[in-house]
Amino acid sequence: MIGCVSPPTGGELTILGLDPVSDGPAIRARLGVVPQEDTLDVELTVRENLLIYGRYFGLRRDVIAERTARLLEFVQLTDRAADQVEPLSGGMKRRLTIARSLISEPEILLLDEPTTGLDPQARHVVWDRLYRLKQQGVTLVLTTHYMDEAEQLCDRLVVMDAGKIAAEGSPRELIAAYSTPEVLELRFRLEQQEQAAEKLADVPVDRIEVLADRILLYTTSGEDALAAVQARGLEPATSLVRRSTLEDVFLRLTGRRLED
Amino acid sequence: MTQAFAVRQLRFWLTNYRRTWQGSIYSGVLSPVLYLGAMGLGLGTLVNAHSKASLGGVSYLAFLAPGLMAATAMQTAMGESTYPVFGSVKWLKTYQAATATPLRPADLFHGHLLFTTLRLAMNSAVFLAVMAAFGAVRSAWVLTTVPAAILTGLAFAAPIEAYAVSCAKETSFAALFRFGIIPLFLFSGTFFPVSRLPAAVRPLAYLTPLWHGVALCRSLSLGTAQPWASALHVGYLIAVTAIGVYAGNQTYRRRLYA
Repeated sequence: MIGCVSPPTGGELTILGLDPVSDGPAIRARLGVVPQEDTLDVELTVRENLLIYGRYFGLRRDVIAERTARLLEFVQLTDRAADQVEPLSGGMKRRLTIARSLISEPEILLLDEPTTGLDPQARHVVWDRLYRLKQQGVTLVLTTHYMDEAEQLCDRLVVMDAGKIAAEGSPRELIAAYSTPEVLELRFRLEQQEQAAEKLADVPVDRIEVLADRILLYTTSGEDALAAVQARGLEPATSLVRRSTLEDVFLRLTGRRLED
Repeated sequence: MTQAFAVRQLRFWLTNYRRTWQGSIYSGVLSPVLYLGAMGLGLGTLVNAHSKASLGGVSYLAFLAPGLMAATAMQTAMGESTYPVFGSVKWLKTYQAATATPLRPADLFHGHLLFTTLRLAMNSAVFLAVMAAFGAVRSAWVLTTVPAAILTGLAFAAPIEAYAVSCAKETSFAALFRFGIIPLFLFSGTFFPVSRLPAAVRPLAYLTPLWHGVALCRSLSLGTAQPWASALHVGYLIAVTAIGVYAGNQTYRRRLYA
C-alpha cells in the first residue's frame, strides 16, 4: 500500500503528503524498495541493473554513472561491477538490491526482511550499511521476523500479530513494558522438566514461561531466582541468566503457537 | 507522461537485447532463406508448371513471399510476446521490480509493445532484403509491405501479451502455438489462396488477423491493392490490436497490482 501497488482496504492513507491512489508514480519516485525476494535481472551485469533502475526513475546517464560508482563502493561490490548477477552470492545480491533501491536517493526506504537467508557475516554487513543510511537521514521502514535485527536497527517498532498491532514503542520501551530486566533460562533433562516446572511454581518471580525445551523465569534479578531454584533442591542441566530481549517481548505478545 | 514511462521500459528491453541481437539477426535471415528456397523455388517449379493462372498470373515465389512475410511477423510477435513477458513476471520478476519505480503496469506493457514493434520492423526489413535477393520484388511499392507486416505482428503481439502476463504456467504457450499459430500459418492464405479451402471453413479464414495481413502484404507487393479492401484489412488489424491493448492494460494491472 505504501508502495502504491495495493489499494488501501480501509481508512485513510497519505504518503509524503500525497494520495497513493492518484499519485502513485510521484510517491514511488521518492521511495526505495527492497523486496523480500531479490528481483534483480540476473541476465544483466551488476552495473546494468543499476543503469536500468536509474532510467526507470528518469535519471540522466551521467547522474546514474556517478551514483553507481558511489553505491557500489557503499555496498562493497565495486570489483563485481562488470560481472553478471546470476553467479553472485546471496549476500552480494542482497547488497545489490539495496544499492539499486538507493539509486533514486529515496527519502523513505522500504525493506521486507532484508537479511532473511543470509549468513551471519553477510547480515552484519547489511546491518552496518542500513545503520549508516539511517545516520544519513534516510527513513527506514522494515519488516522482519528477526528480533535481533529489529533491536539493532529500529528506533520505533510495531509488533504485529494476526494483522493487528499488538504493541508499539522503542525496543527499550517495549522491553520495559512487556518483560522484566533479566531472564533466567533453565534447561532440565526432558523427563524431569514437567516435575521441575511444578516445583518452580512458587519461586518468587514475575512470570514463568514453560517452553518445550526450556523454562524461562522473568525477574529483576536472575541470580536471586537461581538461588531460590537451588534452595528447592532442583538441579537444572544448564542455567543461564541474561537480559531480556525483544524475543521475550514478542513471545509474550504473540504467544508461543506456531506462526504461518 | 505515460509515453515517457513506456520509453523507459523500451530502453530496458533494448539493453537486454544487446546480448542476443546477433543470434536474432541470423535466424531473421535464415528462416526466409529456407522457406523461400524450399517452397518458393523448390515447390514453386511444380506449381508454376501446373497452374500459374490460378495465382493471378504470377510465379509461386512472388505469390508466396509477401504472404510469408506477414506470417513471419506473426511468428516474431508470438516469440516476443510469450516467454519474455511471462519470464519477466514469473521467473526474473523484473516486472515486479519495475513496479516499485514510478512506472505503472500499463507503462511496462506499452514499453514492451514498442520493443516488439522494433523487432517486427527489423525482421520485416530483413525479410524484404532476402525477398529482393530471391528476385521476388516487382516494384518499389513493396516497401509498403514493411509497415503492413508490422501491423500484422502487432495484431498478434498485443492480445498474446495481454494473455501471457496473466498465465500461471508456461505450458499454455505450447498449446497456443500448436492449436493457434501453426493452423493459422498453414491455412490463412500464406501458401495457397484461401479460395481453395472448402467453402464451409472459408469464412473462418477471413476472420483471422493473419489472413488480413497476408492479403494486405500480398496485394501491396503485387501491385494489386484496392483502396477499400486495403482499408478494411488495415482497419481490422488495428481493431484487433486495439482490443489487445485494452485487454493488456487490464491484465497487466491485475497481475502486478495485487
